[in-house]
Amino acid sequence: MTATPAVDPTGKPVIQIRKMNKWYGQFHVLKDVDLEVTSGERIVICGPSGSGKSTLIRCINRLEEHQEGDIVVDGIELTNDLKHIEQVRREVGMVFQHFNLFPHLTVLENCTLAPIWVRKQPKAEAEATAMKYLERVKIPDQANKYPGQLSGGQQQRVAIARSLCMNPRIMLFDEPTSALDPEMIKEVLDVMIELAGTGMTMLVVTHEMGFARTVANRVIFMDGGEIIEQNEPEAFFNDPQNDRTKLFLSQILQH
Amino acid sequence: MSNQSSIAYVRQESTPSRPAPPTTVGVVGWIRENLFSNLTNSLLTVIFGVLGFWLIWDALNWLVFNAVWSGGNEACRANPHAACWTFIGTRFDQFVYGFYEKSERWRVDLVLLILFGGILWSAWENAPARRWVGGFMMVPFPLLAWAIMYGGFAGLAVVETSQWGGFILTLVVALLGIIASLPLGILLALGRRSNMPIIRSTCIVFIEFWRGVPLITVLFMAAYVLPLFFPTGLNFDQLLRALIGVALFSSAYMAEVVRGGLQSLGKGQYEAADALGLSYWKSMRLIILPQALKAVIPGIVNTFIGLFKDTTLVLIIGLLDLLGMVNAAIADPNWSIRSVPSTGYVFVALTFFVFCYGMSRYSRYIEAKLHTGHKR
Repeated sequence: MTATPAVDPTGKPVIQIRKMNKWYGQFHVLKDVDLEVTSGERIVICGPSGSGKSTLIRCINRLEEHQEGDIVVDGIELTNDLKHIEQVRREVGMVFQHFNLFPHLTVLENCTLAPIWVRKQPKAEAEATAMKYLERVKIPDQANKYPGQLSGGQQQRVAIARSLCMNPRIMLFDEPTSALDPEMIKEVLDVMIELAGTGMTMLVVTHEMGFARTVANRVIFMDGGEIIEQNEPEAFFNDPQNDRTKLFLSQILQH
Repeated sequence: MSNQSSIAYVRQESTPSRPAPPTTVGVVGWIRENLFSNLTNSLLTVIFGVLGFWLIWDALNWLVFNAVWSGGNEACRANPHAACWTFIGTRFDQFVYGFYEKSERWRVDLVLLILFGGILWSAWENAPARRWVGGFMMVPFPLLAWAIMYGGFAGLAVVETSQWGGFILTLVVALLGIIASLPLGILLALGRRSNMPIIRSTCIVFIEFWRGVPLITVLFMAAYVLPLFFPTGLNFDQLLRALIGVALFSSAYMAEVVRGGLQSLGKGQYEAADALGLSYWKSMRLIILPQALKAVIPGIVNTFIGLFKDTTLVLIIGLLDLLGMVNAAIADPNWSIRSVPSTGYVFVALTFFVFCYGMSRYSRYIEAKLHTGHKR
């Protein structure tokens, strides 16, 4: 185990999800989801495709709207109120499967855009912050290139730096390594492991079970829009209880 | 055992790269590949080469070598088988200014000077205060230009718009259409993709209505039908009515071009902008529109060029633009010479071509400049 800091001892929840339900049209994607995340927790969410794991974390920054139940993030309840939504989004960073960098802006501009226009930081300060984070993800030398000139792994690291520049309290990762060539997965995971070491609250949807074992202090298994099982990584992998969890683990850990 | 050793292979050193065979690259390669790759192609190259040369030679003879460059209408009557440029020379002022008062033409010159100066300035990449000049050309300039040309203040005599004509009228109609249609089109395109049903349906109805009627009808309605609905005594300028018609008409086309650009962006760009906490207008201005507009530069310029040429339709409501002035001048009995109509129309065609081709080249340059990598 790496030396990741312990969860906030005060046990203050930063995300509270209660009896949350969501439908796409008639299709019930999330069923009675209850989840409480303590500050500093690192949660890995896994499950077969279509199980609702991406939808769940996308509800946390309101990229998806839920129809029933409550979601409270950092003390702010998510409703239709645009002010609250924008407030939450400022505190919650998100990293996407397909990076979603802005191709018409340089790497540096990608990182400074939101701090300048949302946080109203002066340009020089935003650039200094951006360079700090670009160094942390180990690509300060690419700052003036355009995303189209970088490899997938580099783009994903820029995307992580871009989110960190907003100084978020929570980071959401939506399958951050699924679109990467195998030789680039490690460089992105290394950055995420380092980030976990700083005490960032992280929710990660991923199939990288090695990452889950090293970094997570909770693993959640979802299937059919429900949370089926959650546990500490050791117990989760070595002693799964539900049959669906056992089946899923046997399918992904076979080779 | 023997089987295993037969598939084992280890390369000890890598092969160096060699240059391509000389007959496949460079000028020689290009000529071989494209003009003389086989017997049929070689034959076609020769036939069309001769034909093309003959056509160009004939055209140059008519346009330049045999053309009448000086003298009066008698010189043209003596040589009716070549262009009569002296006709254009005699009427040039009229083609440019229409019936605009001779003593007041300096006002038009001033406007044209600001116009072309402003365009060059804002098109020149390293110019100081380029954005300010560009902004000036978009909003205050059209109003200022109208004021200077119309007059009626600071001792400037009023020149009614019915006296405006020729190339300046073409420019007034085309530029106003261009300047108004882009922002209006962007708003309409955003409205058409809005989540709010009333805004969306209003935009759809507006766009479909203006796209569904021919420009000639729009101009006709603006000129002759609209005044019937005005209370007696209230009458606003015929040219202004036509301009509003052209602006609304072209904004509907522009809206659909811009919508194409908006749809070419993946959902990820919208989501990334949202996830960073950008508001709707900020994410449109900073993330979505720069990319969407860049993607449809060819379509936007296409609309501009179409609009520029469509301005000749104002002829139908009695406004004499460049083509209208040339048409009127050709009817002059003193110039009823065989070569005069063709010369006049060639002159109109060349003038339009210069401006449209200029726009086309500039758009290519902008596209190349904004290219930032291989894919989104």
